[in-house]
Amino acid sequence: MCVGVQWCFSQVKGAVDDDVAEADIISTVEFNHSGELLATGDKGGRIVIFQQEPESGNQPQCRAEYNVYSTFQSHEPEFDYLKSLEIEEKINKIRWLPQKNAAHFLLSTNDKTIKLWKISERDKRPEGYNLKEENGRYKDPYSITALRVPVFRPTDLMVEASPRRVFSNAHTYHINSISVNSDCETYLSADDLRINLWHLEITDHSFNIVDIKPANMEDLTEVITASEFHPNQCNTFVYSSSKGAVRLCDMRAAALCDQHTKIFEEPEDPNYRSFFSEIISSISDVKFSHTGRYMMTRDYLSVKIWDLNMETRPVETYQVHEYLRSKLCSLYENDCIFDKFECCWSGNDSVVMTGSYNNFFRMLDRGSGQDVTLEASRENIQPQSVLRPCNVSTGGKRKKDEIGVDSLDFNKKILHTAWHPLDNIIAVATINNLYIFNDQLN
Amino acid sequence: MDVNMEARRILAVSISKLYASRAQRGGLRLHRSLLLSLVMRSARDIYHSSSRDSEPHSGPSPPEEPMDTTSSVEPERTVSEPQPTSPSAQAATEEPEAEYERGASGDKENLSPAKQSRKRRGKTSAAPDFLPSKRARLEPGEERYAACCRSGHPESLTSLSLNRVISAF
Repeated sequence: MCVGVQWCFSQVKGAVDDDVAEADIISTVEFNHSGELLATGDKGGRIVIFQQEPESGNQPQCRAEYNVYSTFQSHEPEFDYLKSLEIEEKINKIRWLPQKNAAHFLLSTNDKTIKLWKISERDKRPEGYNLKEENGRYKDPYSITALRVPVFRPTDLMVEASPRRVFSNAHTYHINSISVNSDCETYLSADDLRINLWHLEITDHSFNIVDIKPANMEDLTEVITASEFHPNQCNTFVYSSSKGAVRLCDMRAAALCDQHTKIFEEPEDPNYRSFFSEIISSISDVKFSHTGRYMMTRDYLSVKIWDLNMETRPVETYQVHEYLRSKLCSLYENDCIFDKFECCWSGNDSVVMTGSYNNFFRMLDRGSGQDVTLEASRENIQPQSVLRPCNVSTGGKRKKDEIGVDSLDFNKKILHTAWHPLDNIIAVATINNLYIFNDQLN
Repeated sequence: MDVNMEARRILAVSISKLYASRAQRGGLRLHRSLLLSLVMRSARDIYHSSSRDSEPHSGPSPPEEPMDTTSSVEPERTVSEPQPTSPSAQAATEEPEAEYERGASGDKENLSPAKQSRKRRGKTSAAPDFLPSKRARLEPGEERYAACCRSGHPESLTSLSLNRVISAF
């Protein structure tokens, strides 16, 4: 992206109601590797997959639309009888596997169980069974006088989602991340204290590769908040912590990667010390760049870009909503300080994006150093209407078209965003709506 | 003094959040509980240092020492039955004391030293208003928190390790 790119509204999915059902709250958004499919997971345990229509010659100035391709119930609520605890069905993460054949595969996880789903198309069905009627009932055997072989005939397209593997009973704590390895055979799952390595074909056991649980839980000082495999090096992964550190581990060094290979952390600025310093330094998301050279972390107030070759400090730091620093006490009281914002890279790694409050999201251009705040709102949903930058005023005097900090709606938050891997198309999830924007084509 | 009040307020808010998180679907979240305990520790430390710096030692202070000593020797039995050490806390501790006496003379089988009675507190009690009025059955670590706050003596939190919140997992 270069300076001056305009973003336009493309589509919005979801209910218009102000009264949001809790099950409809979007909890994860992910494009597949080609960008043709866009998956969302929600608190009700459902996954909805949108497919981009093939480009039509009629409207070359518009990107092809995303329409519903498949909807299925991935996880159901469960009950742990031993601990008398309910296990939420909320989908925490979805990760697509690289496509190898006509079918699509994705991993989805709730707090305790990971599932591998196969999404396949069926556009033919067998007809003309010898022993069965068309409705499936078996014929009276004495009425069968000839042999015929069923043939496949075209039928309406059906998209089927079937669970191919269920990976369960490996996590004592709540799963926060899954990441598919570049070897396309293994993946990792991370909870608050442990990271496990799985083979996609094997469900009855996994290898524990990181364990930060102290012998005495009273000595616990930090937990794992996110984890990801390197995009190219199948032996390398990172995990972030609640203390604001990211550890890079090499699986070739040892079976148990408790000793990190590198640790990326920046000393805290003593000028900003407060009751809430630990909370706002907790990393909520970590993402490698597509090239694998850089890594991005998101904490409550900022986005940091790290060069994997330099552990001492980030190479770039962007403030997402610095105006909230003076409001931390209120944000603690209304629980917003615990919100976990995600972040994502553009396809060419030149821009990063993350969400904020009031349905604002931020685009940070690494090349020019410029940033822009945009809003996902139903007030501006004319097809291809250009989004106007928003500004938040912090001083006493508010300019025209600015919104005051105290006027921000903290119930409207954008936690989940995704960027098409190959094109300037972004998916932005508000609480229960999914907005799709694209850059303006000339 | 403002810092003192702010710290006390944050402590109260944090304890309420801890209580509320037990009722959450999916159970206690370790990450959230850890962050809450870190905030509580910061607030406790600030409260302590500002209390020590601001007021000269008054009457209540000497009686507090035995409690602290006890707690350092026997952390498991710390502040299970807080004793009133200042007039302001007197009313707040009356009911727990009375309950203990009733329990001690009554159903000994169900009353362990570490547990408070489950009797619901009446509205006229002078419990601090930042505490939830309904006392649910708590895990051992969290009961010690509750006992501290009921006594109206956040100072007594020094005798506890805040990490006991985490040990409930």
